Amino acid sequence: MQTVFSVGTDALAYGMVLFVISIGLSVTMGLMRVVNLAHGAFAMIGGYIASYAAHMLGFGYAVAILLAVAGTILISIPIERFLFRRIYGAPELTQVLMTIGITFCVIGIANYVFGPTLKTIPLPDMLRGPVDLGYRSIAAHKLFAIACGVVVAGALWFLIDRTAFGVKLRASVDNAAMAGSLGVRTRIVYAVSSAVAVGLAAFGGIVGAELLPIEPYYALRYMVTFLVVVSVGGAGSIPGALLACLVLGAIDTTGRYLVPEYGEFFFYLAVITIVCLFPNGLLGRKR
Amino acid sequence: MAAEQTISPASKATSGPNWLLRDLAGLAVILVLAGIGYLLFPNNLALLTRITAIALLVLSLDLVTGYCGIATLGHAALFGAGAYAAGIAAAHFGITDPIIMVVIGAIGGAAAGLLAGAIMLRGHGLAQLVLSIAIVYLFHETANKASGWTGGSDGLAGISPDPVFGLFGFDLWGRTAYVFGIVLLVLVFLLLRVLVRSPFGMLCRGIKEDPVRVSAMGASVNATLLRMYVISGAVAGVGGALNAISTQVVGLDSLSFTTSAEALVMLVLGGTGSLYGGLIGTLVFMWFEDFVSSINPFHWLTIVGALLIAVVLFAPSGLYGTAVQLLQRIRDKR
Repeated sequence: MQTVFSVGTDALAYGMVLFVISIGLSVTMGLMRVVNLAHGAFAMIGGYIASYAAHMLGFGYAVAILLAVAGTILISIPIERFLFRRIYGAPELTQVLMTIGITFCVIGIANYVFGPTLKTIPLPDMLRGPVDLGYRSIAAHKLFAIACGVVVAGALWFLIDRTAFGVKLRASVDNAAMAGSLGVRTRIVYAVSSAVAVGLAAFGGIVGAELLPIEPYYALRYMVTFLVVVSVGGAGSIPGALLACLVLGAIDTTGRYLVPEYGEFFFYLAVITIVCLFPNGLLGRKR
Repeated sequence: MAAEQTISPASKATSGPNWLLRDLAGLAVILVLAGIGYLLFPNNLALLTRITAIALLVLSLDLVTGYCGIATLGHAALFGAGAYAAGIAAAHFGITDPIIMVVIGAIGGAAAGLLAGAIMLRGHGLAQLVLSIAIVYLFHETANKASGWTGGSDGLAGISPDPVFGLFGFDLWGRTAYVFGIVLLVLVFLLLRVLVRSPFGMLCRGIKEDPVRVSAMGASVNATLLRMYVISGAVAGVGGALNAISTQVVGLDSLSFTTSAEALVMLVLGGTGSLYGGLIGTLVFMWFEDFVSSINPFHWLTIVGALLIAVVLFAPSGLYGTAVQLLQRIRDKR
């Protein structure tokens, strides 16, 4: 029972961190049809800025998060403007190469600036130590990660399902040309949603820093994981991404607890099975 | 009937010598470069042999990516399968004749190609890419777990190939391994030139351009692609076997995502869909890597990244493709 509970909470926390980071990727991939392997790099940049702000500048956790999210979005604007915009609508091979190139550059630069060591983001006292749930206790930062995931999912649902911007976003995902001719300024929709996507990646990178530690190879190590989540869930689908994160998080964590010597074998086996059965993702729409 | 017979040799005669000449010229360039490498770097033949082995991997990747239009980030699975097949045959079953090891490597690679192709052709676009990544990770984890057979993360050691034809032993300086590798590369290259010019190769190009139209013409798209995947697997397997023979050890890195991604980078750097591009890309990339990473491995990553971005932005057809276009333009001006 103890094992089941700890596997369950770990899986939930891991899945939620995955969700916060990759949901932006899912939305932008549904919107702009770009196979983006550089998304993890933005999560890593967020983590680095937060770590720097907390350690070197002495800011608190909340301020560090805000600074990191804003800083990452700032960094992403020229990258989006000069590099990404050229590969919208290009063949997949081109998109893969361009985004791998960006990832490699970010890794190299991060290592040059911050060194190859693992970076920590000091947690506030509130998030340290266990929280007593009455009959079991759970690490506070995991609870925080789960709460963040729930809040992000809820906020995104509200944004996309209930606001005027959400209507435009959904229209652009379905048919960008038609939405444009009906007066939706798709360029602004694109710009806002990529900024939100990058910001969420940075946020997820900071919140999940205890589970996915920040180091230069972060972007390469989890690059595939984020892409897999989007593919399994279906690009552009928020419930799909949530489902994919929970399922893959559960499989990965259970595998690590019960049969650690198999590594990520079951994770990738599950990915192959799901993608073979649902080529458009669990909840993705047919194209 | 008679008219047809007179026409077809004539049309062949006009187009024939041209490609034959070009292939012979390409062959001559490979041999001359191999000779120069041998004379200039007699102490670094191990690197040159590794370049040869990776060149086979990149050629095999060109078959599926350049000729069939399948983007894959998992092609090292086939390379590693060939390497482990040859290595296990030598270490566990005592099959140490290098030529038989190469054949076993080719069969192992082809089997892996059949499996990977059958899985990958189920998806398109993003799904296909993710499947290719998942396959190479799955192979990697399997090889890691089956350490009784593969040596796990320590690598598979204990491969000691016999002399080639019983005459040329594998020496400490790697001279035999180098010559063996170059001969393999030349043979494979010539076979592939014939293959891509065959009706089958043309069919693959047609599928790359427009799969719907090819299937409307009555050809089976998936069966053709799967066949190409198996051929590609055999070529990659030969490369893997060559690597196992020359280094006498097989490591998990031969099955890694990084190797797959690097192979794709080399191919695109050189140019897809010509076989020459793959060779040029491999040579430039690996020589450059050896040069820069001896200074600082992280600078190497930054440079590769910048190089990739530059190739995508300014030379989308790769080094070879861009050179051909330049020559064409100069010729047109005259």
